[in-house]
Order: sequence, then structure tokens, then C-alpha cells
Amino acid sequence: MPVKQIHLAAQLPSVQHTVIWSDPHAGSQIAFDSFARLARTAERGKFDFFFLSEGLRLREHKGRVHDLDVAGRPEALTVLGALSAVTTHIGLAATVNSTFNEPYDVARRVATLDHLSGGRAAWNVVTSYDAFTGENFRRGGFLDEADRYTRAAEFLHTAQELWDSWRPGDFRADAASGEFIRAGAGRFAHRGQHFDISGRFSTPPGPQGRPVIIQAGDSAEGREFAAADADVIFSRHSDLASGRAAYRDVKARLAKYGRAPEDLKIIPSVSYVLGDTPAEAAERAEEVARAQVGPETALMLMEAAWGRDLSGYDPDGPLPDVDPVPESVVTKGHNLYRSRGRDETVRHWRKIAEEGGLSIRELITEVTARPTFVGTPRQVADAMNEFVQSDAADGFVFSPNVVPGGLDELVDRVVPLLQEMGVHRAEYTGGTLRDHLGLRPARHHHSEETP
Amino acid sequence: MTHLHLAVALDGAGWHPAAWREPDARPAEILTARYWADLVTEAERGLLDFVTFEDTLGLQTSAFHLPDDRTDHVRGRLDAVLLSAALAPLTSHIGLVPTTNVTHTEPFHLAIGIASLDHASLGRAGWRPQITSRAADAAHFGRRTTPQLTDEDVRDSELIAARLRELFDEAHEVVEVVRRLWDSWEDDAEIRDAQTGRYLDRDKVHHIDFVGAHFSVRGPSITPRPPQGQPVVAVLAHAGTPYELAAAGADVVFVTPQSRADAVTRLGEFEQARQRSGRPAGDPIRAFADLVVFLDDEPGRAAGRKHRLDELDGSVFGSDAAVFTGTPGELADLLLEWQGTGLDGFRLRPGTLPHDLAAITGGLVPELQRRGAFRTAYGADTLRGLLGLPRPANRHARAGAAGAVR
Repeated sequence: MPVKQIHLAAQLPSVQHTVIWSDPHAGSQIAFDSFARLARTAERGKFDFFFLSEGLRLREHKGRVHDLDVAGRPEALTVLGALSAVTTHIGLAATVNSTFNEPYDVARRVATLDHLSGGRAAWNVVTSYDAFTGENFRRGGFLDEADRYTRAAEFLHTAQELWDSWRPGDFRADAASGEFIRAGAGRFAHRGQHFDISGRFSTPPGPQGRPVIIQAGDSAEGREFAAADADVIFSRHSDLASGRAAYRDVKARLAKYGRAPEDLKIIPSVSYVLGDTPAEAAERAEEVARAQVGPETALMLMEAAWGRDLSGYDPDGPLPDVDPVPESVVTKGHNLYRSRGRDETVRHWRKIAEEGGLSIRELITEVTARPTFVGTPRQVADAMNEFVQSDAADGFVFSPNVVPGGLDELVDRVVPLLQEMGVHRAEYTGGTLRDHLGLRPARHHHSEETP
Repeated sequence: MTHLHLAVALDGAGWHPAAWREPDARPAEILTARYWADLVTEAERGLLDFVTFEDTLGLQTSAFHLPDDRTDHVRGRLDAVLLSAALAPLTSHIGLVPTTNVTHTEPFHLAIGIASLDHASLGRAGWRPQITSRAADAAHFGRRTTPQLTDEDVRDSELIAARLRELFDEAHEVVEVVRRLWDSWEDDAEIRDAQTGRYLDRDKVHHIDFVGAHFSVRGPSITPRPPQGQPVVAVLAHAGTPYELAAAGADVVFVTPQSRADAVTRLGEFEQARQRSGRPAGDPIRAFADLVVFLDDEPGRAAGRKHRLDELDGSVFGSDAAVFTGTPGELADLLLEWQGTGLDGFRLRPGTLPHDLAAITGGLVPELQRRGAFRTAYGADTLRGLLGLPRPANRHARAGAAGAVR
């Protein structure tokens, strides 16, 4: 069996506490140069794509804007539009919320990015239901949590109908005949539960036809949504055992949608720390963790889990002896505990702390700041490869700890090893992101070849 | 002599509907970055203040108020904000001013999009908010309806403005919200204080708590204050209601005089709107006149070219702005004559691309420079700087300095 190729992606990390803004080499989180530097570094490493997250409300803690982590970021599609001018091959992936947008607007903006980049656009479809974020939008936070995936799926399908509303050859620009478009190009009508729209779509599809679709939810609904419609899923499983289980589960869902296992790439979000020796790498990992989880951050994350003020507790002391306050939300716009639930998170944390005799800060470091790959470049390359060859993933999206230089070591020291091993491309072989991901050309529902 | 300001309005293959059929046109490329990059770098070679990009949330049509089924005009376009962003790294001085719809979009998204363009261009972003004039576009969103203009309405700008009054009122709120979001971060909000572990000074990031007649927005923005503080807001206005929108919220107003005398009239009407708005007299607004231009060095040739295009299209091209045909020297005469009415500059709409853009940069600009009426080098790196507009203090910083925080 041939070895699998590793699909590499990178993001410019933003509002997580794992971004070390105090590092002497840390640069701006908003200046375009930072984005260009990181995207070009990833392109130098022949990565599949560069990715930007989204958050449409500044986080708040105990009723005030959260001030310990990086805050503030640009609108993803706009920055990626600018990056299309300073990169040539790497895919450009934007997170765009399906709750606080409309299909017509998103479809035309993503299609525009696909044109500007020559076929390198991807859209990470995320959902939101919280009224907290909704307060920034004229439409408000109206959505039931139960509806968010039905709306997201219909939103995506509607966008795809809009991309398909221009058939191949509809854009003519034929000066000799005087025909600019074919009659009826871009005409669409969608009638559904969430959207009832019709008219003419303003933007012919870009080189990819349908841009690459990414899905990031790990719930059963999220996995099902990905199996039905996505090309890439960001998973959260960065250990081998749970990675393999999730991989099997997601890939098994594809067949009922008439899709093959290779049609959906599973890419966990990961981090790394290198050293010249294993001991040096471990030492650096400890330094990184100390910088990521300062005493204030440790207490803040504890308060978020406990749902109450814990400012009287010593971050270097034991866990609070008081009980959490159920249903109390002291931190808004932060989803650290969503996957596991509040009670389960607290039980889990107490258990880890008791077993290890950990302080608050040590516990938070243990549960939120453990890099996925720690070791020498050779160790990291081998571990990445094992992860992929043993079907725990198809690749990784790297989130560096420092902006904008945090990807340099990976690209300079690990990527060449992966290339030597024959599991990562030495040069780009295609022009579009679909090419990089090894995806077949987008299905076109109105294809004229259909009998 | 006071230098005049020059901008170019880019759209499709030029403003004449048959422009795309000219031998030098590149109609098959209008959806590529390269096509627009060539045009904007040419405009920057001509030292122009800024370029604008048209946009609509519907396919282009030849009627102001209705969709059409024509297949012989340019159809299909890119999102103007993303297009502007893609051009930012390829240019270094010229302003980039996308048009966006404000009727069917979210003010929050508009604010962070333009702020991000300003960050990506290092302070060269502008924004032209535009209401929906085509009721059919509302069906693309399915969330509301907007007034359907009649054939009679569209013959008179005042009738259009009256019929769309509520959309203009809403646009006032959109501009206000966007401006407040741009100011919701003070310039020095990011502190990176390792001693206390704080990245942000939370006292310098503000909820905007806007509650209007049409919507409410809590804030703050997710995007730090843009380099210009407030990117340049430009409004195209043909009548009293849009004059009020421009007077209340814009830094630049585009007007459409048909003659020198008409420029006097329109600037007078705009000045009245400005006084009604209560905007302080010292708060500058730059007034630009829009002109569609067909330019050739040989006298009479431009008119002949337009005539030939009209015949190809089967109708005589007219526009909301005056249409000029002539030599670059004749246009320079006209601009300087009109400048005396109080206009700060002109937004020229090239009849065909790239021909009329090249005639502006290669003919008109040198002519104006010879007469001492146009810059010979860029003197600023931001769009506000090029337009002679100061970088505004943040409203919260001002309030704080006065001892009262809003």
C-alpha cells in the first residue's frame, strides 16, 4: 500500500491563551505584515492552505472585556483577499459564520476570493447560536441551538446552488458576437426552511467551481454535516487512540452520501515544540507552557469552569474547595468547556489534580497547554507520519505559539524531513486548493454532460 | 493655485455599455486580479488620489430600478471590498474605495471589512455606502422588501430620494454604527503589559450600545482601530436626502453637475444640507464632481469614438453624471473652470478601459501639472493625508480628556 501524503495547513492563531504575546519575538496580531509573513512561510513549506478563524464578539469575563489574551483580529475574507496578491499557490481558508450572514453575500465573497486567488479559496462553515454574539447584529441571536446545523446545512446548500447558477460557458465575453453572457446566466430560486430566495447571482464561479468546504464541529451533528458536505474536517483529536476512533467514525459516515473515504480529509489542530535533543525540547515545552498559562490566566480559566469568582485563591495552591455554580456563565464568547460540559469538565479536572497533586496553575497547564508534538525534528517528523499512516488523521493544521515567526522552525527543520520521507510534496504540483488536497473537481449539479 | 484632487471610478470595461467590445478591452479578464491590478497601478502612476469600485448585490442591469435579461452588456462582478484588498499589497499610495450595499448587509461586517482593508493597505481605505435602488435585489436575501421605483420616479432624483427615504434614514444609522465601531478601540488599547499579564487595557475598548430606529449593535468591534482612525467615507448624492446623508456622515461627497452653473446650484444645496445637519463648519468635507470622460488627443476624435460605440450598442449613452468628450487639454480647461465653484476635485468615470484611463494618467494629469493644478509626487501615505483630511481623534479619547467618558 502506498504511503499517505500528509496534508499540512497553518493558521495565524488569535484569541487563544496559547498565543504568547509576551515573547520578545512576538509581532503584531493585526498588521498585514504578520499575516503575509506567516502565509508565505507556510507556502515555503508547500502547505495545502493557510487558515483564519473568526469570533464576532470580544470575549468577556466577569462582565468586562477579557484582557489577558490576544484580542482583536481582522475580517478573515478581506485579509485573505490581500494575501492572494502576495502568495501564488497556497490555499486561503476563511472562517465565516452561517448564523450571522446570508448565503447570497457569503457565496459571492467566497467566489470572489476564488477568482482573486486563481482557485485557492476555502470556506470553514461555522455556526453560532448565542445571543451574546447576536447583540452585534441587526438580526440578533435568534437561533435555537438545535437549529444551528439545519440552518448551516441549508445555508451551504444554498451557496452551492448560487455557485452552480452559472453553468460552464455562461460567461462568454465574446466581442465578435456581442454576447457577454448566455441568457439566464446566474438565475436561481431556493425555497427551504431557512431561506426562500430567488433572482440572479452576481458572480460567476471561480476556477474551482465550488470552493473547498471545511467543517470544524466535533459533535455527532457536526461530523454528519462534514460527511455529507465538507471536503475537510478540523478534528480535535490529537492523540493516537482517540484520533483513530474519530477517524474511523467520520470516514464510515461518508458511504451513505455516495462519497469515498478520500473525499473528506481529517485534519486535527495541533501545536509543536522542537529541541536539538529530546531533553532540550521538553525543557522548551515547559517554558512555553509557563508563558502560556500565567497565574492570572490560570485563575481566569478556573473561574470560567467554576462559574464563580475565585480571585481569593492562590494560583499556585490547590484547587478551590468550593463547588462550581451550575448554569453560571462568567465567561462569554469562550467555548473551552462546550465539548465536555461544565460538570464533566470539573470532575475531570479534580481527578487529574488529585492524582498528580497539581496546583491550579499546574492543572490548567496540563489540560490546556500541552503541545501535540515535542521532540527533535526527527522525532516530530516521525510522530506526525505515524499519526497519518496509522489513520488517526490525514494531516494537521498547525497553530504556532508566536506570531508571526512561530512556524519557521517547523518549515525549516521538520518539513524537509517529511519531504525526504516522501510523505510531503517537494513542490506544488497543482494550481488550485482542490489539487493540493487531492480532491476531485467539484460536482456541478447542472452539468450539461449529465444524460 | 490650489491643487485639485482626482479620482477614477472603475467598473467593468468602462462606463459605456459597449466598452467591452473595443479592440483594447479585456472583457474575458474582468474577474481576474491581474486585470484590476493593471488598471490600479496605472492610476497610481498618474498620482491619482483614489480609485472607486462599483458593486451591487445583484447582477448588473441597464435600468436603474429593474433587472433585465440583456446578454450584450458586461454582467458578473467581484465583491468590491475583497477586490480592493487584493490590490492593496500591489500599490503603495493610491486610495482604494469599494462600494458596499448598506440595505441588505450587517453594519458590523461592513465595519470590520473596511477596517481590515485599512489595516491591509496601511491607511488607504475608503468606503462608499450605497442603498438598494432595485427592489428585486431584496429577493436575493428574502428578509425584507424595499420600495419598487417606477419609470416615472427614475426620471427625477428627488422622486427617487423621496420614495427611498426610509432606506436613506437607515443608511444614516449604518454609517453612524460603522464610525462608532471604528472608534470602539482607542489607539493605545493594546498594552501587552507582561507585569500584570494584560494584553489589553479594557478601559480603552468600548461597547457602542447603539440603539436606532432600524437596528441595534452592542460592540465593541473585533478589529482594532484602523490606521486612519476613520477610513474615508464617500457618498454619491443627487438630491436633498442623499445630500443630508453625505452632510451628516461623509468625508467626501460625489455630486453630478451638468454644467458649471449647475455645480454652483448643487454645491449650494449641499451646503444647506450641511447646515441642517448641524455638522461643525470646521469639519471638512471634500466635494468631487463626477464626469464620464471620453478622451483623445486629436480634436473631435473622442466624440466620434463615443458615437461609434453608441451605434454599436444601439442607443445614445447618457449617465447620471455629465458626459465629456474631447481632448485632455479641453478637459483640463473644464475642470479648472468648474473648480472655481468650490469643488475640491473630480471623480472621472472612464468611458472605456484601458483607453480613457491611460488618457487621464498620460494626458490630463501632465496637462494639469503643467498648469500647476495637480501634484507631481505623492505627498502622503494615507488616503486622508492625500485628501488633506486630519486623522480624527478617537471620540472616547476626546471624551476622556474632557473628563467625561461616554
